Amino acid sequence: MDNAQLLVSGLANGCVYGLIALGFVLVYKATEAINFAQGDLMMLGAFVTIGLANTHYMGLPFWIALPVSLGIMGALGYLIDRLIIRRMFGESQVAVMILTIAMGFVIRFVAGLIWGHEPHTLESPFAGRDVRIGGLVLGMEDVAVIVVTLLLTWCLYVFFRRTRLGLAMQGASQNQLAAYYMGIPVKRVQGNVWALAGVAAGIAGILFAVRGSVDPSTGLMGIKAFAAAVIGGFGSLPGALAGGLIVGVIEPFASRYIAAGYSQVVPYALLLVVLIFRPNGLFSQVRAKKV
Amino acid sequence: MRVVFKTGYMQDIRPWKDGYQLSLYLVLLVAVCAAPWWMDDFYLGELTNVLIWAMAGMGLMLLTGHTGQVSLGHAAFLAFGCYTNAVLIEAGAPFAIAFPAAGILTGIAGVSVAIPALRLHGVYLAIFTLALSVLMDDIIVLAEPLTGGVGGKYLGDVSIFGLTVGRWTTPDRFFWLVLGATVMVTLGYINLLRAPLGRSFIAVRDSEVSAQAMGVDVSRAKTVSFALSCTVAGWAGALMGMYSGAFNNETFNVLISIQLLLMIVIGGLGSIHGAFLGAIVVGFLPQFLSIMKEYVAVMFKGGAVAIPGLETGVFGMILIGFILFEPMGMYGRWLKIRTWLELRPFCRKDMFKRRKSYLKTERLR
Repeated sequence: MDNAQLLVSGLANGCVYGLIALGFVLVYKATEAINFAQGDLMMLGAFVTIGLANTHYMGLPFWIALPVSLGIMGALGYLIDRLIIRRMFGESQVAVMILTIAMGFVIRFVAGLIWGHEPHTLESPFAGRDVRIGGLVLGMEDVAVIVVTLLLTWCLYVFFRRTRLGLAMQGASQNQLAAYYMGIPVKRVQGNVWALAGVAAGIAGILFAVRGSVDPSTGLMGIKAFAAAVIGGFGSLPGALAGGLIVGVIEPFASRYIAAGYSQVVPYALLLVVLIFRPNGLFSQVRAKKV
Repeated sequence: MRVVFKTGYMQDIRPWKDGYQLSLYLVLLVAVCAAPWWMDDFYLGELTNVLIWAMAGMGLMLLTGHTGQVSLGHAAFLAFGCYTNAVLIEAGAPFAIAFPAAGILTGIAGVSVAIPALRLHGVYLAIFTLALSVLMDDIIVLAEPLTGGVGGKYLGDVSIFGLTVGRWTTPDRFFWLVLGATVMVTLGYINLLRAPLGRSFIAVRDSEVSAQAMGVDVSRAKTVSFALSCTVAGWAGALMGMYSGAFNNETFNVLISIQLLLMIVIGGLGSIHGAFLGAIVVGFLPQFLSIMKEYVAVMFKGGAVAIPGLETGVFGMILIGFILFEPMGMYGRWLKIRTWLELRPFCRKDMFKRRKSYLKTERLR
């Protein structure tokens, strides 16, 4: 029973990692760029919701603050693309990566400026409620996190597989010039993807803030989500979720069964092992490199 | 307009273009050597810091700027060098042995990392090294008998052939030590770039497949580049440890790795000058900001306000500006200005226009 409890909390944690990893993969799948600022966007999403919903700030009802903050995050994602990323169109992956690292620095600074550096928690209707399933006591917020994540991953998966826009996004990422010839508005597609990544970051941020406290350096957790995305393999949405869940589940078990000090090493050690033996992740999409 | 006439074959190979350039750098070297006499102790310390960062930057520049392997984990090698140096000195080794050994051992550590990392490309290598940098923090804590764990380590004055050198007791001697090390590394770097090895690094950066076709052993080039880069990083780390005097597992955290990479991007990837220019930005930005804050406070007649995280925020904004408007960094901008001045009546519009490019995936499915 103890292990089951650990498993569920690990799964809930892993879902948050998975959601951030989804953001990485979304941007990677559609623009072939890696967005190192995703963790910081997640932190910003949490703070925007806190700013709207907490009684200390605006005090809007939770269910109104939710769509508003997601809208804000989506608009922000679109603006980031419009103002910054679009100028980097066609530049190398590494340049965009460095750019997003710098964006993360700036986002962290701005969040610290507005909301300060003390930890905040989101006041939500989930807090303090329990769900009992056959002797297991689960926090309402854990259940909400797991349900929302699974739903979102499925929606995005179907979106990329079935809809015209999703296919256009894949095409635009694989060969920008060819996508142009096929009549795909590559730049507009990119903007949409970034908006989507902003919304995903917002959802991740809200779920994170529901379960624990956030402060501006929470965004550095993105590194762990990054490990999740790599373990799953960039470019695969279910892979990202699986990677997140693996990292999330391993963490509580490692801290229980492995001596203190060694336990926090495990996710990164796993990342290194995966990278060494399967350099492109468990759900790899790269087969050969072209000139 | 200045034209360099070529009168001999050596002119293409030797490190300097002409006597004018050589004399410029010699004047700079003399001025910097004499810094203890025309600078107060505070700014001398800052200059020492800049030189150490420049050295660390050169280490990363060799790997990232000239071999094209992006590393987000060089703080791990800085830490390795720093701790090796400190442990050897504590074990009774003289500085003249401990310091070179710190670099060489770090280089060996770098090779042991490079061998599994050889299969990784671009962003995946960056992630690999990033994870390494995160792990280094934990490893230092776990290796407590050797490293002092969370409590950290102290490194006081050292004696070099009978001369006492310390950051606080003899700042001028410490400055010369750092300057000497930096100049040696720089000269070695310049020489490397003239040699076949350095050329093969650049070939690997520009296209691995083409380099292979030209007979470059790509794995060997990458491994050697890792080794040399980590050696230099190890030396820089050892000097950083001596500069700060006390250090623990958090001194060389992930943010230092990231900052180092961002620094050489600001300076200009693929040039030795870039490492120095970037180091100047990193080293003097805090001073510049605090002076600006005072200035603003006086202007608005308000008290000085403390803004936590201001430095990293401003640093990030500077970097965004550079990547968007001048991807070649400060040195690239200076080259453009210099070319424009040298060609002055004959410059054309759009001379430095960026070519439009399109990205193609490496994924096949």
